[in-house]
Amino acid sequence: MTAIDTTRPGSDAANKDGPSRLTAHGVHAWFGNHHVLADVNLDMTPLEVTALIGPSGCGKSTFLRLLNRMHELVPSATLAGHIELDEVDIYRGDLSATEVRRRIGMVFQKPNPFPAMSIAQNVLAGAKLGGIKLADRDATVERALTRAGLWNEVKNRLSMNGGALSGGQQQRLCIARALAIQPEVLLMDEPCSALDPTSTRRVEETIGEICSEVTVVIVTHNMQQAFRVSQQCAFFLATEGEPGHIVESGPTEKMFSEPDDQRTLDYVNGRFG
Amino acid sequence: MTDSRTDLAVADAPPPAPPADQGSGKPEPERIRVRSWSWSEAAELGGVALAALSLVWLVYEQLTGLSGGLGFFLCWFATFLIMYWIVQRQRHDKMAARDRLVTVMIGGLAAVIFAALAVIIGYVIFRGYSTLRLHFFTVDQRHVGPLSPATAGGGLAAIVGSLEQVGLALLISVPLGVGTAVFLSEVKGKLGRPVRIFVEAMNGIPSILAAIFIYQIWLIEAHNQVSGFAVAMALSISMMPTVARTCEVVLRLVPGGLREGSLALGGLEWRMVRNVVLPTARTGIITAIVLGITRVVGAAAPALIDGGESNTVNWNPFHGPQDDLPYFVYRLVREPIKAENLRAWTGAMVLVGIVLVLFIVARMFSGTWHPLGWGRGLIDRSRRSRSPLIETDATSNGGSS
Repeated sequence: MTAIDTTRPGSDAANKDGPSRLTAHGVHAWFGNHHVLADVNLDMTPLEVTALIGPSGCGKSTFLRLLNRMHELVPSATLAGHIELDEVDIYRGDLSATEVRRRIGMVFQKPNPFPAMSIAQNVLAGAKLGGIKLADRDATVERALTRAGLWNEVKNRLSMNGGALSGGQQQRLCIARALAIQPEVLLMDEPCSALDPTSTRRVEETIGEICSEVTVVIVTHNMQQAFRVSQQCAFFLATEGEPGHIVESGPTEKMFSEPDDQRTLDYVNGRFG
Repeated sequence: MTDSRTDLAVADAPPPAPPADQGSGKPEPERIRVRSWSWSEAAELGGVALAALSLVWLVYEQLTGLSGGLGFFLCWFATFLIMYWIVQRQRHDKMAARDRLVTVMIGGLAAVIFAALAVIIGYVIFRGYSTLRLHFFTVDQRHVGPLSPATAGGGLAAIVGSLEQVGLALLISVPLGVGTAVFLSEVKGKLGRPVRIFVEAMNGIPSILAAIFIYQIWLIEAHNQVSGFAVAMALSISMMPTVARTCEVVLRLVPGGLREGSLALGGLEWRMVRNVVLPTARTGIITAIVLGITRVVGAAAPALIDGGESNTVNWNPFHGPQDDLPYFVYRLVREPIKAENLRAWTGAMVLVGIVLVLFIVARMFSGTWHPLGWGRGLIDRSRRSRSPLIETDATSNGGSS
C-alpha cells in the first residue's frame, strides 16, 4: 500500500528530485513470430509533449503500449531492448508491472469510463484498483477533474454515472482518472480519434495544461494535432514486410519545416500515409 | 438501418400532437410513421384470421371429418399465413408483403408461446386459488386427517423447506458458480477448456442423478441422516453449472477496454475483477442466479430421495427430514383423496408465486426494473460515495452546465 499526499500539487515521491525521464534504447517488439517494431531509440523529454506519428500499422501504438507494460497483456507478445524510467529498466528492474502502470498512465483511443461507477468513483478508480490510500478523496477528485478541464461541467453531478457524459467529456474523465493517481508520464493513444472537433480542442487544451506537471507521449494520426500539441515528434514507418522503425525524431518545429529525411517531409505534408 | 427503425419506433410513442404548434403558428408537418399499423391493416389482419378460421372449420370439421385441437390450430395458422400473403400482395410489392408476412408469423409464434405460459400459470392459479387460505403459509399438515377439508392445514413445512434448501444451495453454488465463471473468462488458464467442458457436461445432469449421488455419498457412505442440507447439496449440483455458464457468458460481454483501462491505472487483477468487471456485469450475474434458482426450485427428486418425508415443520435444515414444495405437490397429487389433490394445486400455486417474487426481488436489486420505484433508490444509495463532498452534491443532482 502506498500513501499519496494529494493536497500539494506535484508532491508525489518521484517528482521531488526533478521530473522523471522515460527513454527507450534498441526496442524491438514481436507478436508471435511477427516482428512489428525494430530498434527504436527515443528519449521522451520530461515535461514536454512527444508526438508519435506515422501511417497505420507502423507500430506507434505497440511502442506506446510497450512503455507502460500493456504490451505483455497480449499472450503471444514479446520484446527486446531497454525502456528506462529514471534509469531503472521497467522490464528488468525491481518495478512490478502494476507500479510501472501507476507511474506511467494511459488514455485510450476509445473513452472507457467504468459504467458501474459514478463520475467521482471513476476518478478515484485508480487508487481503488491499485490499493492506494488517498489522504483526501474530495480534493483528489476536484484537482484531477480541474486539471482535465472537466470540473466546471460535472461538479454538480459527481454522483451521476460516468456513461451519461458526452464522448468528449468521457475522454476527459478518463484523463482525470489517469491524472488522479499522479503519474509521472501520461501515454495517450489517439485520444481524439473518436471525438468531434470541439471536444478535440478541449482535450488538446487539457494536454497543454497538464504538460507542466507530467510528461506526455501522444499517438496521433492527425498531423495538425501533432503540430499543435507537441514539442517533440517521432516519425514511425513500416515498409512492406519490414518491422516498423523510427525514421526520424526531433523537435516538432524542425520535423514539420525542414526534416532531414524526405519521407518525413512527404508524410507531414500529406503526400502519403 | 436498425437505428433509423428504432427512432421511428420512438416517434410512435407520443400520442398524435395537436395540428398547430404553440406560438409559431405553423401547422406541424404531417409525420410519416413507418412502423405504425393503421386501422385498415388491423382490420385486414382480423378479417384474414376470421376467414382462415371459417375456411379451416369448414374443411377440417365438416368436409373431411378430421379431429384434434392441435391439428386444427396448425391448419388454421398455415391457412391464415397463406391468405394473409395473398391479401398483402394485392396492395404491396413482393418485398413489403414478405416483410409483413414475416412480422405476422413471428408475432403469431410469440403469441403462441405467451399463450402457453399464460395457460399453465392460469390453470395452476385456477386450481389452487379456491383452497388457498392465509393459514396455508402459517400451519403445517400435522392435524390434517383423511377426512379434513381441502382448506385444513397448510404448507408451512414445505415452504420453509423449499426456502431453506434453495437458500443453502445458493450459498454453495453462487460463490462456486461465479468463481468458476471468473476463472473461465478472466484467468484463461490452460485448465479453461477442460473446466468448461466439465461444467457443460454437469449442466446436463438430471436432478434425480444428483439426488442419488448425494444419497450414495452423503447418506449411505458417510452415514448421515436425511436432511434439508442433503437436499440442498443435490440442488447445488444442478444449480452450480447453470450459474457458472450463464455468468461466464455475461462476463465475456464486459468490454475488454474496461479491463485494459483498469490495468493501465496500475490496478491489480483481482481488484479489477471485483471493482470493475463484476459490478459492470451485475445485472447479468443476478439473471444467472435467478436462472439457477428456477432450474432447481421445481425439482422434486432431491427431496424425495435425500430429504425424507415430513408433514410437520422442521426449521433445522441440518437435522431431521425436511419437506419441500415440489415434493409436497408430487406426494399429494398422487393421493386418492380429493382434498389432498386440491392441496397439491395450492402448493403448486405457492411455488409459482415464490418464483415470481424471487424474480421481482432480483430484478429490483439489479436495478433494471422497479415496480414501485424502490429499485432505483436502492441503486442510487449504494452508488453514492461516503465522501461528504460527493454526498452533498448527490442530493442536488440535476443542474448541468
